[in-house]
Amino acid sequence: MSEAAREHALKVALLQRSDLWKRAAARTRRLSGRRTDDALDAASMADDYRLLAHDVAKVRRLLPDSRSREYLEAAYAQAHAGLYRSAWHPGYALLELFRDDIPAVVNWLRPHIIWATALFVLTVIAGYQMVHSYPDLIALFASPELIATVERGQLWTEGLLNVVPSSVLSLQILTNNIVVSLFAYCAGFLFGLGTLYILGLNGLMLGAVFAFTSLHGLGDDLFRFVVAHGCVEISVMCLSGAAGAAVGEALIRPGSGSRGESFQRAALQSGKLIAACVALLVGSGLIEGYISPNPVYPLWVRVVIGVSYWLFMLALLNGWLFPRRRA
Amino acid sequence: MDPLRPDLVVDSVTGVDVALPVAGPGARSFAFIIDWHIRTILAVAWYIIAALIYNRSWHFTAPLSPNAHWFIYVVAPPAVIYFLYHPAWEIATRGQSPGKRVAGVQTVGRNGGAPSVGSVLTRNVFRLIDSFPFAYAVGLVTCMLTRNSVRIGDLAAGTLLVYSHTDAALVRYRGEGLSSRQLDTNTAEVVTELLYRWDSLDKAARRRIARSIIPESEADDDSTLRSRLEQMAGGDLPKHAIAEEVKA
Repeated sequence: MSEAAREHALKVALLQRSDLWKRAAARTRRLSGRRTDDALDAASMADDYRLLAHDVAKVRRLLPDSRSREYLEAAYAQAHAGLYRSAWHPGYALLELFRDDIPAVVNWLRPHIIWATALFVLTVIAGYQMVHSYPDLIALFASPELIATVERGQLWTEGLLNVVPSSVLSLQILTNNIVVSLFAYCAGFLFGLGTLYILGLNGLMLGAVFAFTSLHGLGDDLFRFVVAHGCVEISVMCLSGAAGAAVGEALIRPGSGSRGESFQRAALQSGKLIAACVALLVGSGLIEGYISPNPVYPLWVRVVIGVSYWLFMLALLNGWLFPRRRA
Repeated sequence: MDPLRPDLVVDSVTGVDVALPVAGPGARSFAFIIDWHIRTILAVAWYIIAALIYNRSWHFTAPLSPNAHWFIYVVAPPAVIYFLYHPAWEIATRGQSPGKRVAGVQTVGRNGGAPSVGSVLTRNVFRLIDSFPFAYAVGLVTCMLTRNSVRIGDLAAGTLLVYSHTDAALVRYRGEGLSSRQLDTNTAEVVTELLYRWDSLDKAARRRIARSIIPESEADDDSTLRSRLEQMAGGDLPKHAIAEEVKA
């Protein structure tokens, strides 16, 4: 038998199996789109996977540039993805995220959280000192309308609910805060510099505005407005900054792996904390829309709400809300 | 498959690696443009219809003093459609969106499987950076410069876009339906190898091997055995069928 005839015979034998490939591909498509409890289905899928692997190896050698190869490679890849797909239960995944993953990430990010908080506090003090010493510098941080309102002896938050309904206010605030938080995290991609910029700018603005309102005798009113939602909002700012700093550090000091691997690991790990931050900012936004601008609530109520929500955040981030069951 | 196009190669327990052709900037842009049109049309359509219902007249501009209903029913849903379109589709369909489906690509993890929810969210959050300063310029440039044509979001999430080839079709042949006469490729290989080395093999040995393949051939002589084996190996497929199968 000649070499050509041998090749031909093998190709024929291979192509005659196309019905088996079609059946395997159809079963893979059917099973990869849904959940099944049928053991026979699972066993068939494993058989199909072996069959496709076997024929992919053959077709790569015998018909490297063919439609059969394209078909088989696609079917094989789909079978691989279907077979190795991990089971995903949204409820359990969420529980695992808050019970195990987030406390682990917080623990890992502890040094970054401390440094980000220190930076934020320092920039708040710097902003306060700057505007306290040179009040004209407030123009760098606040809009002309805000400055004019404060100079008239009013806080821009007064009568806010007469202009915008609480629900709308909450929605606007929480959207804005979430975007800032996500930016602080993503900006870590610029070797951490973007995160430092966002964190520093927010700290300077907060300090500057507090100094400016204090100079006009409105410092207490601003504190009264901020305390209910601010404890968590500011903490989340620091947490997002810490997540962004970790992403930046992974690029600066990749450790044993490559820079890409290190970046990916840090982004995925610290991203879990960002998920918690987003959830916390939703609560903060609701407080800022419904409670903070409402003059009905006295200071002590606001302090209790602010501190309680902050303690809730602490418990959430440390996994105390979902303790593990003892075996 | 294409020497100019890199493949994502994933090891498998079968010993045969899974090769997924990586999609380039062209396929990515094509998918994105389709998705952008879909989400824009959906968001605008929602806004117009909701605004017409809210205003109860043929104009869809915002009222002078909009109340909460205006924001909740008219403004918020289009924003949600526009900004959560990609993560929602990719989570629900395990890495695909309508645009990606049309472009024949899908998002996969480095293991070749569907990306995790965390990966999908991370790659979409990083759109904030990829979309800078306008028209996804950062993402497009990164895509052109990286080996696997990935944007920053993919680098962060450990994902990439590959061609799914779900539309790949097989040509039907006349001999295809003869399942009872089909040889598995291992047997076919043994048969062809046996025929290839027929003359060089010891007569008793080749008869023994042939009979192990065709058990009912005890009485057959040497030449009958060979012709039966040749018939098996030849199959029903004419040469032109294979020529047709191989791409030009």
